[in-house]
Amino acid sequence: MDKEIRMRAEGVNFFYGSRPALKDVNLEIYRNQVTAIIGPSGCGKSTFIRLLNRMNDMVPKSRLEGRIFLDGDDIHDPETDVVDIRRRVGMVFQKPNPFPKSIFENIKYGLEINGMRDKSVIEDKVVDSLKKAALWEEVKGRLYDSALRLSGGQQQRLCIARCLAVEPEVILFDEPCASLDPISTARIEELLMELKQEYTIVIVTHNMQQAARVSGNTAFFLLGEIVEFGKTQDIFTKPRDSRTEAYITGRFG
Amino acid sequence: MLRHFDLELDELKRQLLGMGRLVEMAISASLEALETLNAVAASNVVAADRAIDELENALDERCFDLLALKQPMAVDLRFIAMSMKISTDLERMADLAVDIAQRVIELAGKPLLKPLVDIPKLAALSKRMTSEALLAFVEKDADAAAGIIIMDREADRLRNLIQKELMEDFMAKDTSVAPRAIPLLLIARHLERICDHATNIAEDVIYMVRADIVKHHPERLNPE
Repeated sequence: MDKEIRMRAEGVNFFYGSRPALKDVNLEIYRNQVTAIIGPSGCGKSTFIRLLNRMNDMVPKSRLEGRIFLDGDDIHDPETDVVDIRRRVGMVFQKPNPFPKSIFENIKYGLEINGMRDKSVIEDKVVDSLKKAALWEEVKGRLYDSALRLSGGQQQRLCIARCLAVEPEVILFDEPCASLDPISTARIEELLMELKQEYTIVIVTHNMQQAARVSGNTAFFLLGEIVEFGKTQDIFTKPRDSRTEAYITGRFG
Repeated sequence: MLRHFDLELDELKRQLLGMGRLVEMAISASLEALETLNAVAASNVVAADRAIDELENALDERCFDLLALKQPMAVDLRFIAMSMKISTDLERMADLAVDIAQRVIELAGKPLLKPLVDIPKLAALSKRMTSEALLAFVEKDADAAAGIIIMDREADRLRNLIQKELMEDFMAKDTSVAPRAIPLLLIARHLERICDHATNIAEDVIYMVRADIVKHHPERLNPE
């Protein structure tokens, strides 16, 4: 794994009150790669991914130790602008969450929040984002229809388009296919393979087979710790740790 | 929808065909060495085998990764599983080319026991079956594959003919010719085994295309 490091977690501990959720997590996320995070429920994988764009900032009584870097900048540094971090590190959630507005406005919203006013530039960005999210052909004739009339899979791709519009560097996917049917899932997985050419991707998934299909590197979390991190083909064909082997072969979890 | 997975399957196919071409070259080179009893040319066949062994390992590893990571189904699953089997057959065919080359080295420098008549026929058949099996694989042509399986009967007939002639007409009459007869017997055996492996590939092609198991079930062969 001699790739360029985009994000790095260094000695990360995270607590909900006094309960530790992450213990001494060290992880490198490589540019233009899909990094998958797998592990049983409650292993800390969602907690970890949410730290990568400071989504845990508002969790009451939570506490972070250690550091997380984006291109060498400590993203939890008090001087760091959290809005800028969330633009640079976008996130797509388990359940598609389009705004109850038109398809066009869903994407325009993020651009305006980021200070964009030029109407023609916004229009170009909307079209470009929909194309990159492989949704353009399905919605080009109805951009002003409500986003809520799209299918679940289309809504999820709209959320991806909305994320792409503000030109992030890293995209975090938290169980992006959990509520989708197999065909919509396959489309999202194909999209991930396209997006990694341009973006750095981190995906949390319960679905080990999905992690195997889409990722280049995989981290296995258990009880808040990283048990094993390596090339996906190694993790799934010759894991070094017996706990990883037990999990991926379905012997526990 | 074109899948990224399709690109990986294409790459696997290219890799397998590359190995197939090397194996065809090894068989041809061993047969050319036999025609001229050229020990140097035969040694080159032996030396070239290492590269084919490495290709087999690389192919197996690729298939293994695809099975583990992509969870292929139906036609994709059959293609990857058969590619693994075909790579094993190809590697064994290359080993048999090496075996022929080693027999050539044993025969070189001695007068031939007899002019070769049926061995060149069996050699030509083994080359034809090998190249047609690879073509059937590339073109997913189950009918062509069925034709190759039928050709194997001719390979067995020629091998038996050569064996009978060498044993009854030569070795039974004069045991001192054994050092010159046995390598020829073995060459016939190696060539017939190459045909068997080409037959295995053809059976795998039929399974890949039609999902029919014809191995050990010749009655299921029904070429158009």
